[in-house]
Amino acid sequence: MEKILMSLGLDLISAKVLAMIIVCIVVLLIFVTIGGVLTVVERRISGFMQSRLGPNRVGPQGSLQWLADGIKLIFKEDLIPTGSDRFLFRIAPYFCLLGVFGTMVVFPWGTDVIVADLNIGLFYFISITSLVVIGVLMAGWSSNNKWALLGGMRSAAQIVSYEIPVGMSLLVPILITGTLSMGGIVASQGWLPWDWMIFQSPFTLMSFVIFFIGSLAEANRTPFDLPEAESELVSGYCTEYTGFRYAVFFLSEWANLFVLGGLTTAVYLGGGNLPGILEGWSWLSVLVFLGKVSLVIFVLIWLRWTLPRFRIDQLMDLSWKYLLPAALIAFFGQALYMIATNGYPLLQSIIAGVMFLLFLFMMVKFFIRVKVNLFEMNTPVNSRATDVS
Amino acid sequence: MSSAIKTEYLTINMGPQHPSTHGVIRFILQTDGEIIYECDPDVGYLHRGIEKIAEGISWQSFVPYTDRVDYVCAMNSNLAYCMAVEKLMGLEIPKRAEYIRVIVSELNRISSHAVAVGASQMDMGAFTPFVHFLREREHINDLFEMVCGARLTHNYICIGGVNADLPPGFIEKTVEFLDHFEPVAEQINRLITYNQIFINRFANVGVISPEKALNYNLVGPNLRGSGLKFDLRKDRPYSIYPELDFDVPIGTGSHGQVGDCYDRYMVRILEIVESTKMIRQCLKMLPDGDIKAVVKSSIKPPKGHIYFRTETPRGDTGYFINSDGKTSPQRLKIRTGSFTAMAIIPEIIKGSFIADLVALIGSLDIVAPELDR
Repeated sequence: MEKILMSLGLDLISAKVLAMIIVCIVVLLIFVTIGGVLTVVERRISGFMQSRLGPNRVGPQGSLQWLADGIKLIFKEDLIPTGSDRFLFRIAPYFCLLGVFGTMVVFPWGTDVIVADLNIGLFYFISITSLVVIGVLMAGWSSNNKWALLGGMRSAAQIVSYEIPVGMSLLVPILITGTLSMGGIVASQGWLPWDWMIFQSPFTLMSFVIFFIGSLAEANRTPFDLPEAESELVSGYCTEYTGFRYAVFFLSEWANLFVLGGLTTAVYLGGGNLPGILEGWSWLSVLVFLGKVSLVIFVLIWLRWTLPRFRIDQLMDLSWKYLLPAALIAFFGQALYMIATNGYPLLQSIIAGVMFLLFLFMMVKFFIRVKVNLFEMNTPVNSRATDVS
Repeated sequence: MSSAIKTEYLTINMGPQHPSTHGVIRFILQTDGEIIYECDPDVGYLHRGIEKIAEGISWQSFVPYTDRVDYVCAMNSNLAYCMAVEKLMGLEIPKRAEYIRVIVSELNRISSHAVAVGASQMDMGAFTPFVHFLREREHINDLFEMVCGARLTHNYICIGGVNADLPPGFIEKTVEFLDHFEPVAEQINRLITYNQIFINRFANVGVISPEKALNYNLVGPNLRGSGLKFDLRKDRPYSIYPELDFDVPIGTGSHGQVGDCYDRYMVRILEIVESTKMIRQCLKMLPDGDIKAVVKSSIKPPKGHIYFRTETPRGDTGYFINSDGKTSPQRLKIRTGSFTAMAIIPEIIKGSFIADLVALIGSLDIVAPELDR
């Protein structure tokens, strides 16, 4: 990029700055698009689950609904409530945006498609997403609204509590790979399912479950959507927000969904790894990565439209009483496991295979359990009783 | 432990516009963070003076107003008023009309309980089961549309019988609906009722002991949720209910204490099943004959007063009517279940979370228009 700009007659420094700005804009546009499209996807999926259609008017199958929504939100009146802390109220949404978009730096799109493969990538990832909580807290505090305040406080308590088990559970993959770099973690896994981090040992599976639950809580997704619990806190921390600032909150929330899917995929589900013969086809690895991310996102959406939400004390109980000890057990268990199986690669691969089979078995059991809902329910009843003469 | 930091309670105004108050109810909460120390319900936002309106209009003209007393179960409200007036007049109702009345009011009970149960699920954050229940309710509304042309406020039951006979094909459509609904209700139960998070939110929350339930005059499913087996359809039988075979489900404390939110919720779920049974029996026994007794267009019930109670989805709805022999009631008073249910909330909710208040409102099934009339 810099070279192209320099060939146009710019000096080195301005070319670098310009290149950075261009990259930033491109990244922003990609994320905005992803966040927007995910809102439509979520609404369509929830429509499917609730036997209704969802948005299907703007564009083919409603695929441009997000643009219409965005335009509508931008043209709305921008209200700042009286008595609010105007400065904090204005900047709060951008902290949320920054926390989510900052992850783009180390986002492993494919095996070698990454903006900057920092050697502390995963650490950076966890730290920068914590900025979201500051934005939420600021929004809640500055709104001069008690519901928003409660939402902000809930959010702060929740995200801080769940950071700990999530961080602890992420120590398990770090223990195995010995690196914090996202590229390194992805590269240490293979393309076959039993080479993925999740199936390496019983403890990695355990840490995956803890990580998944914790990350749901960090992203404020149901069953942990207390900060904006609609039926309790009206709309939580964004009660007073309108127009563009609300759009920013909205966008960062859905972009966060993608970030979560990406992190899960990169750390536990083998990232964009390809079979050896396809080495170097980076666009294919991006597709593989995006495919896995979509699957994780679908599960996240599925959970959201299925489960009710926790109460605040139950949420805290879950984090401190169950997830944190479990994460500690997983960490020490993995350390012991690595010492015990050190030097027996065959044993390790057998265990990985067994874990994979166990997972498949669980999936089969699950589908047998829900089979009745899939096949045996005949939903359509009498068509609308319009034959009233 | 006394702390040096001075703290004060947070006064929160929950309502009149709030997503979980189902209409316009207002609570003034004194909270310490999320814990409620004082709850002051403020009623009257939906007061339309329906009782006073009755004094100025003729007896039959008041029937559409009863639709609006509780629009979630308009048929049951119609029935309550019409039966009270008929008792006052000493009117005999044709058998077929009685059966049709019970069929439609039990159908309406299903739809009302579906809304109650679905709304409480939605308050717990589960939106999907609520939508599924509403979809089932649409089928019932379709059936009502067949019967009387209206979907929500029916004005179908009238003094002396019902306004129109069942249309051809109604019985088959109803049976078809019931055949469809019973498995779907169980499917929705599998989705939400047995969900552990849902049970955690509802069990041991808002426990109302049987004594308290009696002291605060709770009625209907709320009373039965506290473990007291009292149902007007069984204990003060009216219409054709004595001929029907049905159970009265009560709260058993299946996942917590007797009288918690889950018990009240479960009683409604089980009552839906009982209502489907009743409708099936009624459809089998439905006799031929007239649908309306001969009633003059301008009725003048004799002097005197009556208090008549029926079991509506929100419990015991009583109509007190004082007649002075004129063309309109001298005084009409409606006693509704939501009002007493509202009165018990401040007593129960002290010391629990804001989220529990939402659960309690949902499980008590408070409907604002019925509360304020």
